[in-house]
Amino acid sequence: MPSPIIRIDTITKAYGPLTVLDGLSMEVMPGEKLALIGPSGSGKTTILRILMTLEKINGGHIEVEGQQLYHMEKAGGLVDADERHLQKMREKIGMVFQHFNLFPHKCVLDNITLAPMLTKGVARAVAEKRAMELLEMVGMADKAKSMPAQLSGGQKQRVAIARALALSPKIMLFDEVTSALDPELVEEVLNVMRKLAAETDMTMLLVTHEMGFAHDFADRVLFFDRGKIVEQGKPDDIFRNPKQERTQAFLRKIIAAGHRV
Amino acid sequence: MEWDWAFVWQIMPTLLEGLKITIIATVLGAIVAAVFGMVLAIARRSSNRLVSRSVGFAADFIRGTPLLVQLYFIFYVLPDIGIRLSPLTAGVIGLGIHYGTYAAEVYRAGIDNVPRGQWEAARAANLSMRQSWIHVVLPQAIPPMIPALANYFIAMFKETPLLSAITVLELMNQAKSIANSNYRYIEPITMVGVFFLVISLISVVALRWLEERYARVDER
Repeated sequence: MPSPIIRIDTITKAYGPLTVLDGLSMEVMPGEKLALIGPSGSGKTTILRILMTLEKINGGHIEVEGQQLYHMEKAGGLVDADERHLQKMREKIGMVFQHFNLFPHKCVLDNITLAPMLTKGVARAVAEKRAMELLEMVGMADKAKSMPAQLSGGQKQRVAIARALALSPKIMLFDEVTSALDPELVEEVLNVMRKLAAETDMTMLLVTHEMGFAHDFADRVLFFDRGKIVEQGKPDDIFRNPKQERTQAFLRKIIAAGHRV
Repeated sequence: MEWDWAFVWQIMPTLLEGLKITIIATVLGAIVAAVFGMVLAIARRSSNRLVSRSVGFAADFIRGTPLLVQLYFIFYVLPDIGIRLSPLTAGVIGLGIHYGTYAAEVYRAGIDNVPRGQWEAARAANLSMRQSWIHVVLPQAIPPMIPALANYFIAMFKETPLLSAITVLELMNQAKSIANSNYRYIEPITMVGVFFLVISLISVVALRWLEERYARVDER
C-alpha cells in the first residue's frame, strides 16, 4: 500500500467571520484523479488555492509527499514555513485557473518557458524545445509566437495547461478550467485533459461543474457542501446512487439546469 | 517700447546657458522623482501598517505644501542643521521629492491595475516575489503609466523657474539678471516664454505619441 501524496489533516480556513473550511481532512493517493463537486461557496476551490499556497490556512496541517506544506521542522517542533520552504514545496504542484491568467505581455512560447528558465535555470533552447513538445500535445504548436490576446478562450486555456506542465509537477490542480469558456470551446479543453489523464500518472484534482466529464475522468468524486465532504466514492456511485440527501438535491438541481450527467 | 532684435541676439548665449541648466534640472529632477516615487509606492504597499501609514502621511504632507516653500526649506533652512547643498542640487532634490509623491500615485494606480490573477499565476509558476515583480507585474504596470508620468514631467519642466528663488542660474534667473542690468524686460522675458512654449509643444506632441503607443489597455 503506497502512502498518500497529499494528506490534509483537519484544516480550517476563514475569511474574517466567514468559515469556509471547518476541520476538513482528506487524503489523495499518487496518480489518483479526483473530482471535487458541490455548490459554489462550498470550499472546493479554496482547497485547490490552499494547496497552491495562494491562501494561508488558519489551522491544521497539510503534507505533500510526506513533507509539511505550511510548516517546517525546527528544533524538534513545527513552525510556520518560510518563503523558501514554500517555494520548494510549490515545485511539486501546478495549477490551471478559471480565467487562464496567461501573461498578456509575453507570447505563447515565452509564457511557457518563463518559469522553467527562472526557477530551474533551464537554458532557453532546452526550455523552448520542451515548450514546443507541450504545445504539440495541447494542439497549439502553430500559435507559439502568438500573443495571448490573439487567442480564443479555449486556446488560452490549452496554453495555460502547457504552461503548468512545463514545470513537471507531481500534482496538477484544475480550478473550473472550462467555466469561463463559450460552450463550443469547452470540448477542446476537456480533450486535452483526457489525453493528459491517459498519458501521464500525475495526481490530478479537478474542481468542476461539468458532471459528465467528472464522471468519465475521475477515479473518485467528492461532494462538498458548506466546507465539508458530504459524500465521496466512485463516480458511478455518486452520480447514479447518491446516498446523502444533499448530494441528491445538488445533482437534481444541476440536471435541471441542463448539465448532462 | 520697441522690440530690439540686436539685443535678442546679444543676450541669446546667456539665455541658452540658462536653458541648459533648466533642462539639466528637469531631467535630473525627473530621475529623482521616478526613483523616489517607486520607493514611496512600494513602501505604501508594505504590510507593516506603521510603514505604510507614515509614508502615506509624509506624501500627503509634501503634496499639500507649495514647492516654493519646500525649495526655501531645503536651501535656506537645512544649512542651519549643517546640510549645505549647492543651488542646483537643492533644486533637483526639491523637484524630485515633490514630483516623486505624484509619481508614486501613478505607480500605485498602475500596480493596482494588474489583476490579482497575474500575481497568482506567477506564484503558481513558482516565481519568487522579486521575479514576479520584474517579469510579470511591472512589465504590465509600467506602459499604461507612461502618459501620466510624461504629463508630470512637462508640468515639472514648467515649474523650474521656481528654482530662481534659490539662486539656480536657470533660464528665468538668467533672463531676470539680464533685464535688471539692462533695464529691458520685454526681450528676455518674452524669449523665456518662447523657449518654454517651444519645448512644451514638442513635449505635447511626444506625449500624444506615447498615449497612442502605451495607453491602450490590452485585453487580459
